[in-house]
Amino acid sequence: MSRMKTKAMSKQMKNNLITYGLVIAAYIVVEVLMRAGMVSSLIKGLLVPLCIYVILAVSLNLTVGILGELSLGHAGFMCVGAFAGAIFSKCTMNAIPVAGLRFFLALLTGAAFAALAGILVGIPVLRLKGDYLAIVTLAFGEIIKNVINIIFLGRDSRGFHISLKDAFELGLEPEGEVIIKGPQGITGTPNDSTFFIGVLLILVTLFIVLNLIHSRTGRAIMSIRDNRIAAESVGINVTKYKLLAFTVSASLAGVAGVLYAHNLSTLAAQPKNFGYNMSIMILVFVVLGGIGNIRGSIIAAVVLTLLPELLRSLNDYRMLIYAVVLIVVMIFSWSPKCREFRERYGLKRLFNSKKSAKEEA
Amino acid sequence: MKKILSLCMAMALVVSMTACGSKDDGKTTTAAADNATTAAAAENNSEAAGGETTAAAAGGETTAAAAGETVAFTGEGVFKIGGIGPTTGGASAYGIAVQRGAQIAADEINAAGGINGCQVELNFQDDEHDPEKSVNAYNTLKDWGVQVLVGSVTSNPCIAVAEKTQADNMFQLTPSGTAVDCVKYDNAFRMCFSDPNQGLESAKYIGENSLATKVAVIYDSSDPYSVGIYEAFRAEAENQSFEIVSAEAFTADSKTDFSVQVQKAKDAQADLLYMPFYYTEASLVLQECDKQSYKPVFFGVDGMDGILSVENFKVELANELMYMAPFVATSEDEMVKSFVTKYETQFGETPNQFAADAYDCMYVVKAAIEKAGVTPDMDASAICDALKTAMTEISYDGITGKGISWEATGEPNKAPMIVQIKDGVTVELQ
Repeated sequence: MSRMKTKAMSKQMKNNLITYGLVIAAYIVVEVLMRAGMVSSLIKGLLVPLCIYVILAVSLNLTVGILGELSLGHAGFMCVGAFAGAIFSKCTMNAIPVAGLRFFLALLTGAAFAALAGILVGIPVLRLKGDYLAIVTLAFGEIIKNVINIIFLGRDSRGFHISLKDAFELGLEPEGEVIIKGPQGITGTPNDSTFFIGVLLILVTLFIVLNLIHSRTGRAIMSIRDNRIAAESVGINVTKYKLLAFTVSASLAGVAGVLYAHNLSTLAAQPKNFGYNMSIMILVFVVLGGIGNIRGSIIAAVVLTLLPELLRSLNDYRMLIYAVVLIVVMIFSWSPKCREFRERYGLKRLFNSKKSAKEEA
Repeated sequence: MKKILSLCMAMALVVSMTACGSKDDGKTTTAAADNATTAAAAENNSEAAGGETTAAAAGGETTAAAAGETVAFTGEGVFKIGGIGPTTGGASAYGIAVQRGAQIAADEINAAGGINGCQVELNFQDDEHDPEKSVNAYNTLKDWGVQVLVGSVTSNPCIAVAEKTQADNMFQLTPSGTAVDCVKYDNAFRMCFSDPNQGLESAKYIGENSLATKVAVIYDSSDPYSVGIYEAFRAEAENQSFEIVSAEAFTADSKTDFSVQVQKAKDAQADLLYMPFYYTEASLVLQECDKQSYKPVFFGVDGMDGILSVENFKVELANELMYMAPFVATSEDEMVKSFVTKYETQFGETPNQFAADAYDCMYVVKAAIEKAGVTPDMDASAICDALKTAMTEISYDGITGKGISWEATGEPNKAPMIVQIKDGVTVELQ
């Protein structure tokens, strides 16, 4: 019995180590290639966005795959984190000249605000059964985008001023600075995001998510997903665990948002970056990578972000190809015939047959 | 097994169909990779060149670039000019116009012997009106070897790209990035008026010509362009003889019904309605005013250009409408006429101000290169340094203004032009 347990543990550990190893190996390969000058500017520019999308996909997988609730407002939490982090950085630009420390604090601020938003959304909704989380998060994502678009925030020697109408209502002193300019958003955030920090944050995200999944708490969360009534009957506090998983997921999305805000010097809540489409795109990463499969989310996020950029030579047709690829992958990974085919000829089988042959010998 | 095979074949079919698609469309949808060769092979052979490049299109820019260099025989090299703008998505109308306008200019320049004997090659990349994609597009252009950048078309992407061009010391000229921060750095210049400049100029015009004493403003609070103009207008209004009696906002999500805003303007007895936003919404506002039989003086900004071509819009409603426009397609000016004719024959529609700005941008780049005397074998940073100085020295006569010169700050000095619609025709007031 105990032997079986250690064996199961080691298998899980091996699995986790492969996931960490994958990220570290990718980092090392890219670094080596960069030193050798073999990486194009396009890829260099895509490195930080890739990290952002990986973090988003992994964190959403916690809600969708592990908790088993559908969230359609992940971009909303990212938006909260992005703006909280960017405001923090703008305000402390002079107070904290050390970029690394300031960015670290901005990350914490973004994560904290996104977690707060997650709790606020979660408290009423996660008590309910059914698809209510999907509906409420969908609305949350749109609301937060529109709310940020009407906020004008300024700062002068008398402190902060906020207006929901326009910059004049702020009544700033001449030397005052408008931080959020409504729909124009925040410009001039320091570009602190680097590939190294991005990879580090992916590892932290993985550490948090994987450890959560494989802990007692994680098992409780998964039992709620699998059978809520059974979980309740053995005394698991359903709302508490749901809220916990959802909040962690939201705060990690906030971290990705801070990374996003510090990657470009302009940050505005447009439908393109924080709208419904973005939430769906993250969900696509999760679904295509395999619901509940963390490593799959990483790979799907990387492949699907790179794909449209690498297809640039096809001009506007890249959108068409992108859609076709999505459909093909969906069919390939979900149709019963294809699954049968993969089971028969897949890598896993080859690997296993070799192993069993060895064992027999 | 069969299924996989059929899937692969389906994919192959799709790819080949897209290739055919671009061939059929001929010149209208030909984009970046195509442009390079068409430009190099001059206008007349476009039919044949179009066919050739479709094959090359799948292969990517490298093939096209190589082809471009072999065809360019007059000069010692090729100036690689990159363009960025949205050619897909919600803002695609602007990006496509810019792409087409710039392409016409590039073709003309090449047909006339290029810049100092060197041909130009234009590579236009899509950014979907997204800052992140815009930076990707810029990086793609860098890999291609871009030497001068014309873009980005829209404001926020332009700000994001400007941050990168400043780091690389790449010369940037935006045709239509109106936000103040677009030209924050000394390597960036713009062709159009900035948002504050438009607000300021229209407030001055209204005040100086005593068009009104009570002004109502409707603006799009979700659009940086509209808010930027409104804020400057409001700031300048304090120095003018009129007062703003009503300022009502709408957003991108509520731009179909303007009854509330118009009602408020009417209740405040405003005798002038200022509309700093695009023509599609303006046509609805005008219809609403007509419905409420409210007849103030209507005053718009350059986004109003195109209102006469709105479908199902009664043109007489826009009668007497005044707006600021850098470019009027019906102008009698020779250069404008020639550009409009070319654009209409090639693309089957009347060019808007975006196309005109892009057309001028290409010629401004030409003028600056000739002034600075740079050659294609110089790297982008050296070209940038030379062009930065040259930009402040040139004076340019184009289709969006005459005698345009630039400050070192990147802002153009050109006289604002106010036009008025009279019986369905746009006429210049200044």
